[in-house]
Amino acid sequence: MSEIYGSWWWPYVMILVAGFLATECWRWIGVFASGKLREDSLLFAWVRAVATALIAGIIARLVLFPDGVLGDVPIWLRLAAVAGGVVGYKLLNDRLMAGIVSAEFVLIGGWAFLI
Amino acid sequence: MTSSEMNVDEGEDPSEFEGGAYWFRQGAKGAFCLPTLILMMAFVGFTSLAREVGLTLVEVLLMSLLMWALPSIVVLTGAMSAGAGLIPAAIAVALSAVRLMPMTVALMPVLRDEKRTKTWQMLFVSHFVAVTAWVFAMRNLPSLPRAARLPFFAGFGSTVHFVVLCSTALSYMVLPALEGPIAAGLVLLTPIYFMFSMYQASRTSGDKAALILGLILGPIFYHFFPGADLLLTGFVGGTVAFVGWLFATRRAEL
Repeated sequence: MSEIYGSWWWPYVMILVAGFLATECWRWIGVFASGKLREDSLLFAWVRAVATALIAGIIARLVLFPDGVLGDVPIWLRLAAVAGGVVGYKLLNDRLMAGIVSAEFVLIGGWAFLI
Repeated sequence: MTSSEMNVDEGEDPSEFEGGAYWFRQGAKGAFCLPTLILMMAFVGFTSLAREVGLTLVEVLLMSLLMWALPSIVVLTGAMSAGAGLIPAAIAVALSAVRLMPMTVALMPVLRDEKRTKTWQMLFVSHFVAVTAWVFAMRNLPSLPRAARLPFFAGFGSTVHFVVLCSTALSYMVLPALEGPIAAGLVLLTPIYFMFSMYQASRTSGDKAALILGLILGPIFYHFFPGADLLLTGFVGGTVAFVGWLFATRRAEL
């Protein structure tokens, strides 16, 4: 098995099967399902809620347990940046850019100040 | 603008192909907007992560081209760096990409021009479904004539895709120079950007509750059940939010 993992083509098999097929199949299923399933049905409200919670789980993981450079930033500063983003977003009438800029401002400013 | 003239022409048969090409170009022009810039920067943040875990430029570009959904790309990157097997990695990625299905289902009725739109055309443009293109399309397409929507979305999606691939390749090659607060800020861009766009894309209070529950439950499940955490977060958080929303709306009806 370790020979397979080490071979040059293994990452491409991973990308093709675990990447491309695992992602694209949902879009194809979506195209075929769109003709029959109703947008306003309860099943869809549930599927959407599950999908939303799942993405939220990814968001939380990226902020709390990041790999690499973001992991060097203390956790309280990362959470302060998210909180700053929410405050900026709400203060400026739910503007996407306001949330992003204020979160980045807190993180980059705070981290530049600390190091 | 010439768009009003084209609007008139667009219904006539001889100009139909012209109209399609025109709307494709309009969509391509629409791609040069703020969300594209944010997405470019988010991919720059991803390339920094990819470099650190040792992915090659070809692997990074293939993942971007073939998957085109940043959270799923990040999940696959994590699985590959952890040395996960093909099946566990495929399950983790498929779970993170489930949301593309309802997103596609919600978009297709907006894109479709009755029977004139072929299934292969919808399968092709469905590849561009990802948070950025989806939010843009759901906001901008309904104001366009039906025949314009599919070429407009194809133009927008392919241009964003191409521009982001170019900037990703460029950033992969120059990124080793980036360090400190700016690099950290770029990595933070992805979760922040997705948090706010998911919030904006949420249609019911159930969706918003699911988002908040997922943010809270994600780290808890990650701590207690690493590996199965995303699945659990999705099913538990989503189901609780859905049931709560159902009870709240049903009670209001009574």
